[in-house]
Amino acid sequence: MTLGDQETATAPKAKDLVVLKDVNKHFGPLHVLQNINLSIGRGEVIVVVGPSGSGKSTLCRTINRLETIDSGEIRIDGKVLPSEGAALAKLRADVGMVFQSFNLFAHKSVRDNVTLGPRKVRKLSAAAAKEKAEKLLDRVGVGNQADKYPAQLSGGQQQRVAIARALAMDPKVMLFDEPTSALDPEMVNEVLDVMVDLARGGMTMVVVTHEMGFARKAADRVVFMADGQIVEENDPDSFFDAPQSARAKDFLSKILHH
Amino acid sequence: MEGFLELLQNPQYNVLAAFGMTLVLTILSAIGALILGLIVAVLRVSPVGILRMFGGLYVTLIRNTPLTLIVVLCGFGLLNLMGVRLLPASAPLAWQNIAWAVVALSVYHATFVAEAIRSGINTVPVGQAEAARAIGLNFGQTLGQVVLPQAFRGAIAPLGNTLIALTKNTTVCAAIGIAEASFMMRNMIEFNPNYIFAIFAIVAIGFVILTLPPGLVFTHYSRKLTVQR
Repeated sequence: MTLGDQETATAPKAKDLVVLKDVNKHFGPLHVLQNINLSIGRGEVIVVVGPSGSGKSTLCRTINRLETIDSGEIRIDGKVLPSEGAALAKLRADVGMVFQSFNLFAHKSVRDNVTLGPRKVRKLSAAAAKEKAEKLLDRVGVGNQADKYPAQLSGGQQQRVAIARALAMDPKVMLFDEPTSALDPEMVNEVLDVMVDLARGGMTMVVVTHEMGFARKAADRVVFMADGQIVEENDPDSFFDAPQSARAKDFLSKILHH
Repeated sequence: MEGFLELLQNPQYNVLAAFGMTLVLTILSAIGALILGLIVAVLRVSPVGILRMFGGLYVTLIRNTPLTLIVVLCGFGLLNLMGVRLLPASAPLAWQNIAWAVVALSVYHATFVAEAIRSGINTVPVGQAEAARAIGLNFGQTLGQVVLPQAFRGAIAPLGNTLIALTKNTTVCAAIGIAEASFMMRNMIEFNPNYIFAIFAIVAIGFVILTLPPGLVFTHYSRKLTVQR
């Protein structure tokens, strides 16, 4: 029995965009995801927090199947996540992903990083993709860097390009896997600001992060994970001010008071 | 010395034509090896287990077989004994022979090309392919648009080494009677043993002329095209 089973507040609704049901995953003997049940509504911003090794990154990566699952079911917009092939590629195009280490295509200019998906997957013309890319790059504040290569940009700029690259696919949901963990402290806010704007613009988001300020500011719901389980989920104010579980109290006491 | 110059002018030993043949073998086999090697490298990283196994088997088997064996098998075995022709029957036998030599050289050097490309693929961080898949690119697009362009840059130096080795390995084709540089050298020495060192020198210089420029070009581009991370 897990808390997820009892949680009536998170029972999936028909219109929910992302639904995880009884998801289990092992890395060898390690049970990294244990009966995960999570439902994410349209336009909802979920922030996943928890100690390292709790499975939160893995959870994020299973949603577009960069990690496979051992059992259970993941639905996106009502459709079960395909296991491979063209159907999976098609679904991934609808799920934007932002990585901790940016993963911009190192041999392509910033502009080409953003236009690649729209041209190859959405079959946009080169001109249309370029126009779209430039609009998005302006929106994340790196419009003047379009001709540079990723290695010529700062970490914060690279991550904003990565966000633009994901947005260029017009995704239904955006996944952020510790997007600011690899950044120098002074660049964290420029990325979080873009994410707050996105959240306010109604984007459905799943954000794995250690930025509690962002969670308070932008999250609709905070999901607390420990040891492969969802231990607690609540709105940010309730979670941060009055955590219910001992694990969450312990976790928050370690990160918030200094 | 006069006698040696006379020897060079003897139409029976056309140095330029012999090196021309070496060059033809090199260029055609390089193209063949590149195409075949690319296919094998892709097999070796494909998501399908059986294809990966086939690629691995090809490399292990062919790379560990002496080139002379492969060339002789193709030239004497398949062409002369079995009569398998690669070119239309109207083509002269010498051409049929050259075609098989090119196949043998391509098949052999494809293993080294495949390993060079695979080592190049291994230099591409796994996050690059993940990001490509995350925007919805399929396996072929991920490989063609993101992984291979970066892998080739990492593979330029080993590919250059393979090309130089291939240039010199064309001499093995003398074993099936193709009139390339070393075949000419052997004939020259046989009938003019007093000039043996001068003949060696001419052939050696010829190979240096053939291999030096590609070596320099590959070194230059392997530096210039390095992917900045």
